[in-house]
Amino acid sequence: MARSSLPPGAFVTLEIKDFQQLLEVLRRQGYLPVGPALRDGHFVYDEIASTADLPVGWTDEQEAGTFRLRSRGDQALFGYGVGQHSLKQFLFPPQRQLWQARREGAGWRVMIPEEEQPRYAFLGVRACDLAALEVQDRVFLQGTYKDPVYQERRAQALVVAVNCAARTCGTCFCVSMGTGPRATRGFDLALTEVVEGGHFLVVEVGTAAGGEVLAQVPHRLAAPEERQAGDRAVAATAAQMGRVLDTSGLKELLYRNYEHPRWDEVAGRCLTCGNCTMVCPTCFCHTLEDATDLTGAVAERRRRLDVCFTVDFSYLHGGSVRATPRSRYRQWLTHKLATWWDQFGCSGCVGCGRCLTWCPVAIDITEEVRAIRETEGLLKEK
Amino acid sequence: MDAIETILAAHPFFKDLAPRHLKVLAECASTVSFAAGEYLFRENEAATNFYVLYHGRVALEVVAGGRGPLTIRTVEAGEVLGWLWFTKPYHWRSEARALEVTRALALDVGEVARRCEADHELGYSLLKAYSHVLAVLFRVAFVQLLDIYGT
Amino acid sequence: MVPEPYLVQGVKKETGDTYTLTLAPAGGGPAPAFAPGQFNMLYAFGVGEVPISISGDPGQPGPLVHTIRAVGAVTRALCRLKRGGVLGVRGPFGTPWPVDLAPGKDVVVIAGGLGLAPLRPAVYWLLNRRAELGNLELLYGARTPQDLLYRRELERWRGRFDFRVHVTVDAARGDWRGNVGVVTTVIPRMRFDPAHTLALVCGPEIMMRFTLQELVKAGVPPEQIFLSMERNMKCGVGLCGHCQWGPFFICKDGPVFALSRIQEWLGRREV
Repeated sequence: MARSSLPPGAFVTLEIKDFQQLLEVLRRQGYLPVGPALRDGHFVYDEIASTADLPVGWTDEQEAGTFRLRSRGDQALFGYGVGQHSLKQFLFPPQRQLWQARREGAGWRVMIPEEEQPRYAFLGVRACDLAALEVQDRVFLQGTYKDPVYQERRAQALVVAVNCAARTCGTCFCVSMGTGPRATRGFDLALTEVVEGGHFLVVEVGTAAGGEVLAQVPHRLAAPEERQAGDRAVAATAAQMGRVLDTSGLKELLYRNYEHPRWDEVAGRCLTCGNCTMVCPTCFCHTLEDATDLTGAVAERRRRLDVCFTVDFSYLHGGSVRATPRSRYRQWLTHKLATWWDQFGCSGCVGCGRCLTWCPVAIDITEEVRAIRETEGLLKEK
Repeated sequence: MDAIETILAAHPFFKDLAPRHLKVLAECASTVSFAAGEYLFRENEAATNFYVLYHGRVALEVVAGGRGPLTIRTVEAGEVLGWLWFTKPYHWRSEARALEVTRALALDVGEVARRCEADHELGYSLLKAYSHVLAVLFRVAFVQLLDIYGT
Repeated sequence: MVPEPYLVQGVKKETGDTYTLTLAPAGGGPAPAFAPGQFNMLYAFGVGEVPISISGDPGQPGPLVHTIRAVGAVTRALCRLKRGGVLGVRGPFGTPWPVDLAPGKDVVVIAGGLGLAPLRPAVYWLLNRRAELGNLELLYGARTPQDLLYRRELERWRGRFDFRVHVTVDAARGDWRGNVGVVTTVIPRMRFDPAHTLALVCGPEIMMRFTLQELVKAGVPPEQIFLSMERNMKCGVGLCGHCQWGPFFICKDGPVFALSRIQEWLGRREV
């Protein structure tokens, strides 16, 4: 039954075989579909052309400092969690030339690269990553100066979320952060995959744009028992979060404990490798670099993502303000969970668990926060 | 109250001393004055005077090898200059040059020490005022050492 | 956000490593208006950008003035420019000195080292509205007499009957007849009614912290004491995250802050 559009709030059921049609409708409408894929044994986000490009039948076991790929034994399209990638690399390119300048007369002439920004259709966006989009919107679009590339790509993007179901949640704590596992806003379409008692997708329409796309894919109105199957699957996910983070009074707790001995303890383990900042879907710090060609006549400015764990991130007057690893770990965690509130009116953390999984020494921020909370005032500061 | 006592009574360093103690100290004091450019004392001289400046300005200098003297502090009217030694006499390690016409009371420190031995209340009052000055000098010296304007 | 080319109209050597550049837009016209305390990102072609406070008179349309100390690759490149050279300018950015709060109050301006450069525009503004102020006092401390900025101007200011200027150095050689002693020892000699005083402070962080202690001790309310902070800066517009100091982005929440707003952060180390 083809309609011109489905209204926001409508729930339909999609057969798995028709997911391919969704991809084709998106391409016909000029979108570049990007979704989860399997590369070198890891889940990444990449351009996808067909359903087969998804990690069908794969899942993961994640723990602090651990990622293992496992075969599911079924044909689930979305039966896994998040990998190292998040969507930030698509909306805020990690490396970019901002402008080039050529010496001319007394000054120079600037050339700003004219790029057409891609129209992404993001597929398989977990609720945590959806929340991360909202957080990055505040960072890049809320202030006096907005990032123009992020703005354009974001405005053009279509978001097809997926509510986590039928998977293990080793390091996840989206429930604690109030960001999932169900996507409640910010999506054009939201899928829930049901694998028990049948295999199909329940799709919620979030916006008119989403409804327009979905209307062109074979579907039927979702039957109540189908919706309930989806709800049960998502509820089951919510019940088995890998971690819990008590966020009550968290900003004030951290503000009170800048000299807590726990910082020394974690500094003894932290390698300041910065993996956490690279996999975190909300970390946005970047740097600007100026260079010339060999003739010195042409200069360019490049922007690249940066890592606050480096010594020279805070370089000032012949030294660094944050000279010790202790101060740099503290900076990252207090920024993510505390000062972010004062800066952007929300938490910087969406509970995706990536920083736990990808930390080579298995530092677990939920454990660090718990340790500080439980021993506040009890231990002598070093 | 004679002229010296009046000066002592009006000077900030002695603000917490009782009049009878000021009388005793006045007996250890004489008035001195220096023209601009004159030295109050030189390096290695015996530090027999404790100067109570009530007019003018003095530069405290350190002789620093071939490059001429380095001024490390200027002392103004209302401040004091010198060491109140209570045991062995000290010798000056720096030099003091008047920057303009300067008038001060010079207290003979040996005489002051003897009076304090005889009257412990006087000694205690004087020591309280003196230790405060030393504490401030210490703190200020720290800040100078920090070289806060360096890179 | 691309640097605009500006021509160097004049270079004045202030001290051994500090120069004041007078600039004008290469395309003609006046430099954009700015508020005292704001800064520009100055670009040395192909080398990089640094944040430098604007040091000119905010009330005079015309040349852009920057005082730069050569301490790194970019600042050294900027300080090597001669008349006719070109550098890039982005800005102005940042929060200004709250000079609008000054009328009706005593104003004490306390600068240390290069800190007089971001305060000079405030002094110009205050002198322009001198009649509306109570006491106006400047205290300027530097390492040695050779490190004093704007000497001729300081002497001109000292000559005024309505502006008390105290200058002190940490050490001096030769014929310096001025005060030698750290900045904090001069504060008690300044004349101001603490309850009705606006204090503007800028200099090395240590100097500012000691100065703030003395002002608070003297009874000036922290809401009326303002300082200018510095951190590593890259974008200057609050997006790159480098200039963060606790919750504050120095480039857009600062660099000028009221002491009452940031008191708890001043006491924290390595933040």
